[in-house]
Amino acid sequence: MVDAVIGPEPVPPAEVAEVELYHPHSWITRYVFSQDAKVIAIQYSLTAMAIGLVALVLSWLMRWQLAFPGTLSFIDPSQYLQYITMHGMIMVVYLLTALFLGGFGNYLIPLMLGARDMAFPYLNMLSYWIYLLAVLVLVSSFFVPGGPTGAGWTLYPPQAILQGTPGYEMGIILMLTSLIIFIIGFTMGGLNYVVTVLQGRARGMTLMRMPLTVWGIFTATVLALLAFPALFVGAVMMLFDRVLGTSFFMPSLVSMGEQLQYGGGSPILFQHLFWFFGHPEVYIVALPAFGIVSDLISTHARRNIFGYRMMVWAIVAIGVLSFVVWAHHMYVSGMNPWFGFFFATTTLIIAIPTAIKVYNWVLTLWRGDIHLTIPMLFALAFIVTFVNGGLTGLFLGNVVVDVPLSDTMFVVAHFHMVMGVAPIFVIFGALYHWYPKVTGRMLNEGLGQLHFWITFLGAYAIFFPMHYLGLLGVPRRYHEMGSTSFVPESAQSLNVFITVAALIVGAVQLVFLFNLIWSLRYGRESGGNPWRATTLEWQTPETPPPHGNWGKELPVVYRWAYDYNVPGAKEDFLPQNRPPETSPA
Amino acid sequence: MGITILFFSGLAVIAVWWLSTQRLTSKPWLEQGAAGEFPGTGVSSAPMAKVGLGVFLAAIGSLFALFISAYFMRMQLADWRPVPKPTLLWVNTGVLMLSSAALQLARARADQDDIAGVRTALLMAGGAALVFVSGQLYAWRQLSDAGYFLTSNPASSFFYLITALHGVHVLGGLVALGRNVARAWQGRNLARLSLGLDLCSLYWDFLLLIWLVLFGLLLLS
Repeated sequence: MVDAVIGPEPVPPAEVAEVELYHPHSWITRYVFSQDAKVIAIQYSLTAMAIGLVALVLSWLMRWQLAFPGTLSFIDPSQYLQYITMHGMIMVVYLLTALFLGGFGNYLIPLMLGARDMAFPYLNMLSYWIYLLAVLVLVSSFFVPGGPTGAGWTLYPPQAILQGTPGYEMGIILMLTSLIIFIIGFTMGGLNYVVTVLQGRARGMTLMRMPLTVWGIFTATVLALLAFPALFVGAVMMLFDRVLGTSFFMPSLVSMGEQLQYGGGSPILFQHLFWFFGHPEVYIVALPAFGIVSDLISTHARRNIFGYRMMVWAIVAIGVLSFVVWAHHMYVSGMNPWFGFFFATTTLIIAIPTAIKVYNWVLTLWRGDIHLTIPMLFALAFIVTFVNGGLTGLFLGNVVVDVPLSDTMFVVAHFHMVMGVAPIFVIFGALYHWYPKVTGRMLNEGLGQLHFWITFLGAYAIFFPMHYLGLLGVPRRYHEMGSTSFVPESAQSLNVFITVAALIVGAVQLVFLFNLIWSLRYGRESGGNPWRATTLEWQTPETPPPHGNWGKELPVVYRWAYDYNVPGAKEDFLPQNRPPETSPA
Repeated sequence: MGITILFFSGLAVIAVWWLSTQRLTSKPWLEQGAAGEFPGTGVSSAPMAKVGLGVFLAAIGSLFALFISAYFMRMQLADWRPVPKPTLLWVNTGVLMLSSAALQLARARADQDDIAGVRTALLMAGGAALVFVSGQLYAWRQLSDAGYFLTSNPASSFFYLITALHGVHVLGGLVALGRNVARAWQGRNLARLSLGLDLCSLYWDFLLLIWLVLFGLLLLS
């Protein structure tokens, strides 16, 4: 690796000062209380996957109840509501957000930018442990009297804190506390991700040379730092209402025949706060997925990403727009029609930068040298699934279409497609892609094929019919459908079909877990750069990279992240730290 | 949500300005070569910690902007009864300003390598901040003596909640200040001390600004 400095002496790259200070001295500081972003990334990922498994089991129980009502006697209506709530909250916040930002963010940002570590390693370590505490508080709510909260993941007051809602006793308090803890921990991590992108880049790594993965995670982190405070405010105020008896959100009500002490508060106020967080949250999950999938497609199609600048601008534009669409979640809460018109318009405008991204992915594939590796398969699955979920989003973004479809299975199908299945595909693709860097071994290809095809086809078997159920008018959050005048009997057989598919898809995830563990020991050795990729994380002197990532010398960046099949070049890829053939003056 | 949108628009202007200096319209696939050939696109020379604090302040700003938005939305409802404003709050405001000013003094002293002056100024700043927090607690006492408790009406709920949140941020700042006091007494790493004073002073000014906005809000309603 040539490391000569060309041109005038530039600003030296910011790196962790006095690297030696951070070198671990014992097993505990190396693997447990580690300040190495890569170890923290693995800790984040494993914790997120563990709690995600809990949410997966909850979805099995819910599906079982919907298909075969009454066969599992312990699932009563309150239990069902508790499963719904915990499944939703865990998947959105504790799995997807934590895995994309805490997991991939921690692992990839320093490596892709040519830094030794995050900007504030101690704070970074603290961030993980606070996240773990939040998860433990959340899990503890399964074991308190009354169980976890059953208020739905949106936690709308007044019902969330009223008697009669499951988990009214302790569950809701623990949920709100856990969210507050999560946000404090996330803010510590988020500061790291943003500042490392701003100040930790290697020499020559201009913003426009950053891989799109970093752009996605960076923008998503900025969104999260600004949007999570809204959830924080809402959670603190609701906690006050529940524990101390204030009336921020609570109107005066009669419950169980008794006039409650609350009075005058506004439930709509909470909805504004919640969705001011809740909509950017969709993009907090989606933007890292957009970024990662761009890199997967480019690498595995051996082609530079089409329209890199547009991709960057689109990420930034989506980030900005995501803050002015929140009320489209509140069409049925009642609002001034002009507001509805405004929010419908902004919602539909987001389709433009998003569609630009989809076109660019497809155009990157066009005449590419497509290798149908497992990461590529998942990336392709992401594109179709995201388009699918995005299109039903256009339906729901319109007020008049949304109102009849609101709170039906159609909405459930829509958001699972667009922010459940699609980002999860990216997570799988990314795990198959970067596992060799993390462990030095490849994941098993055959098990990967099995995992991919069953997950991909199974996800469609689950969620396609669900749209149809929604159009029939089957409501979401119902423990049992009962008989109605508008839903035919046959809907129940569709429910059974969906459940069988869900159980199979859930079970095949165990194959994936097995693969993760098995390949650790028996996987094929990968070498440093098995995918022949250009970005810096594949150019480390050692694999897996040790603490400090780069050995003595930091890399210098000479080119952008997508030099695949450059005309005239000997190899089909040029790493970012490869100097130009003819040295510019 | 108007206040929040306003605050976010401000942040957006800063972000767009910064991005516009980063050659976002360049064509990276045509450009090869190391840094230095594209001036201004590398990392800035500002210390890492200072950039970190800036980002942190944006997040805190968002937090308080959202509280203020909630305050305005709740205020419009029928059951809002203004709370009395203890005169003590004016005194507290003055004390917090004094604390900020003392930190400015500490920075000035540090620039002149006057370590004794830095120590005095730091103690003044820390002491004043502690007086501010105790003063806020005493203002709570005065309100509750006058019969305005947390749950009495939404205005007093907000008063307790927002002052508590602001107070917690001041206490957090005192921890950072304490570390700088320790540095000043050891007197070894003056460069690090000088950076620490810069950061504290920036944080203090920000909290003062937030307090002035919150206090104005209380006086308005």
